[in-house]
Amino acid sequence: MFGYAGKILRVDLTSGTYKVEALNLDLAKKYIGGRGLASKIFFDEVDPNVEPFSPENKLIIATGPLSGTPVPTGGRYVVVTKSPLTGAIACSNSGGYFGAELKAAGYDMIILEGKSDKPVYITIEDDKVEIKEAGHLWGKLVSETTDELKKEHGEKVRVLCIGPAGEKLSRIAAVINDYDRAAGRSGVGAVMGSKNVKAIVVRGTKGVKLYDEEKVKDVVAAKIKMLRENGVTGQGLPTYGTAVLVNIINEHGIFPVANFQRAYTENADEISGETMTRDILVRKNPCYRCPIACGRWVRLKDGREVGGPEYETLWAFGADCDVYDINAVAEANFWCNEYGLDTISTGTTIAAAMELYEKGYVKDEEIKDDGYSLKFGDAEAIVGWTKKIGAREGFGDKMAEGSYRLCEAYGVPELSMSVKKQELPAYDPRGVQGHGLEYATSNRGGCHVRGYMISPEILGAPQKIDRFSLEGKAEWVKVFQDLTAVIDSLGLCLFTSFALGAPDYAELMNVVCGTDFTPETILEAGSRIWTLERLFNLKAGIDPSEDKLPKRLLQDPIPEGPSKGHVHRLSELLPKYYEVRGWDEKGYPTEETLKKLEIQ
Amino acid sequence: MIKVKLFATFREGRQKEVYFDYFEGIDGKYILDKLDIKEEDVAIYLVNGMDGKLENPLNDGDTISLFPPVGGG
Ligand code: SF4
Repeated sequence: MFGYAGKILRVDLTSGTYKVEALNLDLAKKYIGGRGLASKIFFDEVDPNVEPFSPENKLIIATGPLSGTPVPTGGRYVVVTKSPLTGAIACSNSGGYFGAELKAAGYDMIILEGKSDKPVYITIEDDKVEIKEAGHLWGKLVSETTDELKKEHGEKVRVLCIGPAGEKLSRIAAVINDYDRAAGRSGVGAVMGSKNVKAIVVRGTKGVKLYDEEKVKDVVAAKIKMLRENGVTGQGLPTYGTAVLVNIINEHGIFPVANFQRAYTENADEISGETMTRDILVRKNPCYRCPIACGRWVRLKDGREVGGPEYETLWAFGADCDVYDINAVAEANFWCNEYGLDTISTGTTIAAAMELYEKGYVKDEEIKDDGYSLKFGDAEAIVGWTKKIGAREGFGDKMAEGSYRLCEAYGVPELSMSVKKQELPAYDPRGVQGHGLEYATSNRGGCHVRGYMISPEILGAPQKIDRFSLEGKAEWVKVFQDLTAVIDSLGLCLFTSFALGAPDYAELMNVVCGTDFTPETILEAGSRIWTLERLFNLKAGIDPSEDKLPKRLLQDPIPEGPSKGHVHRLSELLPKYYEVRGWDEKGYPTEETLKKLEIQ
Repeated sequence: MIKVKLFATFREGRQKEVYFDYFEGIDGKYILDKLDIKEEDVAIYLVNGMDGKLENPLNDGDTISLFPPVGGG
């Protein structure tokens, strides 16, 4: 077996036992691996109506066939489960080194099922698997947990864990690996917490077998060259990280300010990649075998050196809360990593709470014991509330449920800037029509990395298309969503797609695994994965009426800045999207499409 | 007056913002030339936040934003 490790580790937490199963190679190739294969297995094994925190929900941690190989950025893994935030199928993705290590230990994926009656952690050293007591780790922050486990099991192990937020079932809790890399979205950390699993420790020494070693060498060298020569992956991301986007998105007037009430600010530069590089950057912080190295390492005000904020984080705690203090944002980011919180959902939930306060729904009495204000622009407050959310203290307890449930509790769910109850990221769709369609149709709810339309609509990669036009957008979104499903399934980083396309991914898969994918068949696999996720959601009761955007973005024109006057025109885009997907006009995949994609 | 905002590596050795006196026919090409920036190094050229063409004449009061290739997130 090449590329794939060939084994699945299935852990039954209820009985405290595990077994190792053989990978079904035919199924693996049909769904590629990673996100695709994990979703297929989840779809086959789990009732879509399962309660996310019940023992019957499962949590799958999966690598792709290219994880742990010499292919650049092959360090990634995904977490697939039913999300407690959205009720949809979740697939959160993370970099760092854990994914490659798990693969080197000889496993394509870990399936966690049932529920332990006490806190445990799992250790994997190649073939040796143990389920251990984690009472001494429960309640600990991510860095404390990771340090302690490295002390017990050796410096070389890789640690994936949850923080207090996951233990306390916050619906916006993340799974964190390697101290500061997060499978952030959709509350996957809370599902791990509900199973009483604090951490997974991995050490792998087996490596991955390659189908054609010579060819892998050549093809990998060629792809690294392409990544180096591309302006985005060779220059923009390495120099400034994802934070380089702050100014560019703001200059286009699609940088949401104060919970999407505005879309442009004169102050963006204060929280930009340029400012971060000048004032707080210590060094780059790359993932496994990554020539792009977009990750940052920064210095906090108190001198501590920690993982730095991404673009989305700078925006969520920054402009979305109307805060322009890069030190405060870097600190809030640090506490998200420590408590195990998704930075996008945490920052935007604080922003939503600030609007609730501004509009008089949340009163002073409710927050007076917490010691922090909910005024837009309060830099100290974003750090304070992050800790309160992580610990579920005071008003932070309500915010730990995410912005939708928070706003719903005050009778104004429309103030939550979310899709399918998951908070939207850092681009106002009123000024990027294709990107808005992607938000509305994303299978995991509000999300930018299921089909990153900013790439063609703003950055001009692979080509520039008019951001306000509706022409061709449905087709673009479908291709981007399908290609992204492929990349997430291979175990690679999405950022490679600024330089690489479907032919490159098919070639990499073929030389590593000995498969015979063409650009067309690999994209078809992406479409199969997308449609399967859609089927799960439909069965889970999330009907197509949920393919929508918050009312504000459909009805209120952007009030100022370069995109002034625009709203999102979703209703004009959706019918075409359903059509290009081969779904009926109501948004359900047709029998014919399911047959063509060989689903079921 | 034309305001030019520079971002990312374009700031190296230059100011963040540069101002040009308006004259009839001033365009993006003229501005790049004065700033010693090569056309092929410009990934995004915005006039008042909208995609612009370097050869189109500018209007008094326009704001230009210039970016080298940048990345996503
Ligand atoms: S591009 Fe950034 S996120 Fe992706 S693998 Fe490289 S360092 Fe990690």
